Amino acid sequence: MTLSNRERIAIRAEKEIEHENYVNLGIGMPTLVANYISPDKTVILQSENGLLGIGPYPTEDQVDPDLINAGKETITTIPGSSFFTSAESFAMIRGGHIDVAILGGMEVSENGDLANWMIPGKMIKGMGGAMDLVHGAKKIIVIMDHVSKDGSPKIKKECSLPLTGKGVVNKIITERALIEVTSRGLELKEVFEGYSIQDVLQSTEATLIVEDVKLSVSL
Amino acid sequence: MKHIFTSADEAVSQIQDGATIMVGGFGLVGIPEQLILALEEKGVKDLTVISNNCGIDDWGLGLLLRKKQIKKIIASYVGENKEFERQVLSGEIEVELTPQGTLAERIRAGGAGIPAFYTPAGVGTIISDGKEVRNFNGKDYVLETALKADFSIIRAVKADHLGNLIYNKTAQNFNPIMAAAGEVTIAEVEEIVETGMLDPNMIQSPSIYIQSMLQAKQEKKIERLTVR
Repeated sequence: MTLSNRERIAIRAEKEIEHENYVNLGIGMPTLVANYISPDKTVILQSENGLLGIGPYPTEDQVDPDLINAGKETITTIPGSSFFTSAESFAMIRGGHIDVAILGGMEVSENGDLANWMIPGKMIKGMGGAMDLVHGAKKIIVIMDHVSKDGSPKIKKECSLPLTGKGVVNKIITERALIEVTSRGLELKEVFEGYSIQDVLQSTEATLIVEDVKLSVSL
Repeated sequence: MKHIFTSADEAVSQIQDGATIMVGGFGLVGIPEQLILALEEKGVKDLTVISNNCGIDDWGLGLLLRKKQIKKIIASYVGENKEFERQVLSGEIEVELTPQGTLAERIRAGGAGIPAFYTPAGVGTIISDGKEVRNFNGKDYVLETALKADFSIIRAVKADHLGNLIYNKTAQNFNPIMAAAGEVTIAEVEEIVETGMLDPNMIQSPSIYIQSMLQAKQEKKIERLTVR
């Protein structure tokens, strides 16, 4: 069975999570990461609506309408989970207690700005917890398609969309590459199987530092 | 002993046109269902609503939207509601979008006697436009102000007659902080027991924050049923 790009990106993102990390997964593609967490790792997933310790989706019998994740899906809890208020939830986020946050993205800029909440002219739904998360978690990983549906780059010199946070992203993972945001700029670290460095450079508007790149990394 | 209303209609009778109300819940989880239905029935207008979301088209705060009872909403995410979209585009409703953590902290601050606070969320985005930004230890923070309400309507799973509250799982969310930030807080509770029956160690909202209660059965509609 061949994996979709979304699944491949989620599998690579999982490798960024360490044993005993507290992790927040954003809505959409980031939620898929939960399906690939290695059984060798104990990982506590935070849900910003007030839960530490998200478990698998429930069976029909286990469904509890009072138990949802931030995407409003019914879930279960793991042993050792805890519930708390929304204020406490974001206190632990802003307070720097979450090890890793994995978020979706519309655009990322050369200096790590993230835009992922609003497209001018389209209906504004709201930022939810994204603007708080990008300032709180120790490591911010953005996972997204390398280019938009019309083929235009999403990793740009400057974001053209309204920002979620300025200079907040640490790593970008797409179906083509893994890019680190450093004080020197964007460093291309891994190019995934099926793509060349040239492919990545051509589909990226931002300048990439190409020094120490692993090639043909399989996902 | 706190007053226990015998009907939802009676519970919302004090809420008048133009009131500012906080409504507990995240999505449809932990919303005070019967109090919202009673507000729809009563037809109060020009409400300013502070709530994380705005319900769906036919449930929760979506019911008040449909009847155009809401003048302004302060929320973090409102994307589940078509009628909402229509009213925003036509200018019938004013929306103040606030990062979710900022919303929670503004409410917490309101109930805790803190008029304003600095937060990193929104710095360098349109959210900080026109607000004071100040640098602490090399990092920028934006000044956000506290929120209070004329009425907070919230939901708990259990209460005693004194108004001590316990919440269920993720139905806690914004409810405890809204309980403290309401001038008058009305708690809709699934079960009210005799004072002394609840373990003081387990109380999540101390009774001091609660002015009155309504015991009511909840439908607990599910927005996104997801199973294995």
